[in-house]
Amino acid sequence: MQADERFTDATWPASPEKATLEGKNKYLGFWLFLGGETVLFASLFATYLALKDKVPNGDAALAKDLFELPLTFVATMLLLTSSLTSVYAMYHMKNNHFKQMQAWLVITVALGFAFLGLEIYEFNHYVHEFHHTFTSSAFGSAFYTLVGFHGAHVAFGLVWIISLMVRNARRGLNLYNAPKFYVASLYWHFIDVVWVFIFTVVYLMGMVG
Amino acid sequence: MANEQSNSANPNVDLKYRRKKNAEEMKHQVITFTLMIFFTLIAFAAVGIEGFSHWFIKPVILLLAVVQVIFQLYYFMHMKHKGHGTIALFLFSGLAVGLITVLTFVTIVWI
Amino acid sequence: MDIICITFLHSEGHGIDFYVLGLQISGLGTLIAGINFLVTIINMRTPGMTYMRMPLFTWSTFVVSALILFAFPPLTVGLVLMMFDRMFGSNFFDVAAGGNTIIWEHLFWIFGHPEVYILILPAFGIFSEIFATFSRKRLFGYSSMVFATVLIGFLGFMVWAHHMFTTGLGPIANAIFAVATMAIAVPTGIKIFNWIFTMWGGSVKFTVPMLYAVAFIPSFTMGGVTGIMNASAPADYQFHDSYFVVAHFHYVIVGGVVLGLLAGITFYWPKMFGTMLSEKLGKVTFWTFLIGFHLTFFIQHFLGLMGMPRRVFTFLDNQGLNTGNMISTVGAFLMAFAVIVMVINIIMTSAKNEKVGNDPWGDGRTLEWAIPSPPPFYNFKQLPLVRGLDPYWVEKMEGKKEMTPAEPLGDIHMPNSSILPLTISFGLFVAAFGALYNMDDKTWTLPIIIVGLLITFVSMLIRSVKDDHGFHIHKEDLMDDKDKGGKA
Repeated sequence: MQADERFTDATWPASPEKATLEGKNKYLGFWLFLGGETVLFASLFATYLALKDKVPNGDAALAKDLFELPLTFVATMLLLTSSLTSVYAMYHMKNNHFKQMQAWLVITVALGFAFLGLEIYEFNHYVHEFHHTFTSSAFGSAFYTLVGFHGAHVAFGLVWIISLMVRNARRGLNLYNAPKFYVASLYWHFIDVVWVFIFTVVYLMGMVG
Repeated sequence: MANEQSNSANPNVDLKYRRKKNAEEMKHQVITFTLMIFFTLIAFAAVGIEGFSHWFIKPVILLLAVVQVIFQLYYFMHMKHKGHGTIALFLFSGLAVGLITVLTFVTIVWI
Repeated sequence: MDIICITFLHSEGHGIDFYVLGLQISGLGTLIAGINFLVTIINMRTPGMTYMRMPLFTWSTFVVSALILFAFPPLTVGLVLMMFDRMFGSNFFDVAAGGNTIIWEHLFWIFGHPEVYILILPAFGIFSEIFATFSRKRLFGYSSMVFATVLIGFLGFMVWAHHMFTTGLGPIANAIFAVATMAIAVPTGIKIFNWIFTMWGGSVKFTVPMLYAVAFIPSFTMGGVTGIMNASAPADYQFHDSYFVVAHFHYVIVGGVVLGLLAGITFYWPKMFGTMLSEKLGKVTFWTFLIGFHLTFFIQHFLGLMGMPRRVFTFLDNQGLNTGNMISTVGAFLMAFAVIVMVINIIMTSAKNEKVGNDPWGDGRTLEWAIPSPPPFYNFKQLPLVRGLDPYWVEKMEGKKEMTPAEPLGDIHMPNSSILPLTISFGLFVAAFGALYNMDDKTWTLPIIIVGLLITFVSMLIRSVKDDHGFHIHKEDLMDDKDKGGKA
């Protein structure tokens, strides 16, 4: 089976991401990578929890002074929704509907950008309103590193999905690029998984005190 | 992870069936998503509404997060499908290592 | 970027930065290689090669790759924290600003302890192959061997704090980690006995690899025994940071890993390069190395108990430490001599270059011995059919000379060569070079970091968007080789 062969709806395999050996390997390898990423983020969470509210003096801002519900809520909704839209994209990929898949990916990317914009606004807000910076305290360093690592993952995911969309815009789906799209969507879900813990552990539990 | 290409003699019958199955799965995904949003709302409400003890809030929102993540993994990332045994093994091993790390960092780091 | 706390640096100069950046990059490479091994082993086994028919070397590679996958991320995080502290003035380890140095110790050892199993498990795998081959008997207790390997990998993540007994984690933590550490002796003991029982009743041939394997058992066991001594937390307060610990880990690393490497090099040399190393010179290397090794490190147990601290390059005169250190030095020279003989051996055999066949030891059991030495770049023309543990041996016992193919002769799909991995890592080198000098407030470093990262990310992008379908070796070209006509 030629990887770049054209398919009709009927010949398109049920699991195009795993129809070739190349695809199977990509798929498994990427899941394993996510297993490693789990440990990476767990270590960052652990560092954050150990250094939470550890500041040099009494004037410095603590977690309960900084975080606000509305901002976190909007960010959470954006990212959760983008997870659903990327599910929709993969649904259309399985049905060999390239146009619809691209459309849902565009929405996913737009939501991702909105989330990233909100995060930049948020960091800016903390720096200017609370003088809570990367270098102001151990708490600051740990907070910006954990949330920033997640933000960097979002940014990387955006570049990744966009380049996939642009690269394949004209040639449509085949068994060579289907695994690539699928793996990118796995990555996007993983970012969302991490965010679920960030909004719970960092923001909500930070506000509770 | 067998090659799931169909061997049906009439591809169009098979196609219809597959389409229907995909659509059904999509419906489940949307239900999952609704539940996730619902859990998120509860978590935010638990923190937003005054009066709950933080001994109550913290475990509850952590539990909600765990349920959400299970939804993400098993529905959105398709781990409920067959052939994810190896993947689950590695993911949960990673999770175990991560949990031990977190446990360590909230107990034995001189704080 | 405000770079402020240069004055707080506890290690002046660029040594620490070099090691942080270097480890970060090579850690990335190790992680990716680990994933590659895992995927290959899970997805691409030949027909009939079930998990429980895999050679022990493959099993240990599999477990080691899993350890890499989970052990390297904590190291990455620890190094990132240190890099941020030194480059961007964050406060992870700055106690005055709320930082905590214990988290570095934890992150390092959460990586560091699995890392020692990452070192030793492949050696265990190599020795398992060697014992079976030169005892001309299947490995004793194969399934318990697999079980022990997996268990060691699993327990390897539960014991890191035994490096930190004197940090003051408290009696409960110390007790838990002490017990977990001692538990590792159980699967390791299983392995030791299995190797001994593999030799028992076998027709043992003492080739150079086998000599290393036999010497490995007592040497490594001595290291294991001192490991148990170190594992008991109260006693460790005495041993900690003394030469006793140095003796312990050299007994497991040199007595285990280095003997494993030397054995593996000798054992697989004909497979890798198509020519046998001289047995005579190999025996010289073996004996001088083994004697030199014990001479160097055995005495260090006593030096440690006499109070000689580790991590200090010299010692005070007239403390009764001179003789012991002298003996140690003599041993080190013996080991150096052994390695020089080995290099001479390699040069001589390469110059002679007497070609050998598929199975130069005569007793090969596993698949690699069924193909030419060195193997063609596509390995097997036709995937072999595996019909049991030690598949090549199984075929030999039925009087066959080669493996039964599992598929007809056909085109072989191969990946293309690519320059991109090199440019990806070159970009990281450039970026790290810039980062290395960033600590000095030099303005030229920032553009260098950016250029380096650009090279890396653009290479990654090209790799992602450029289609690469590989190529096929055609059936006809395969048949051209030697055996025209093929045996499909």
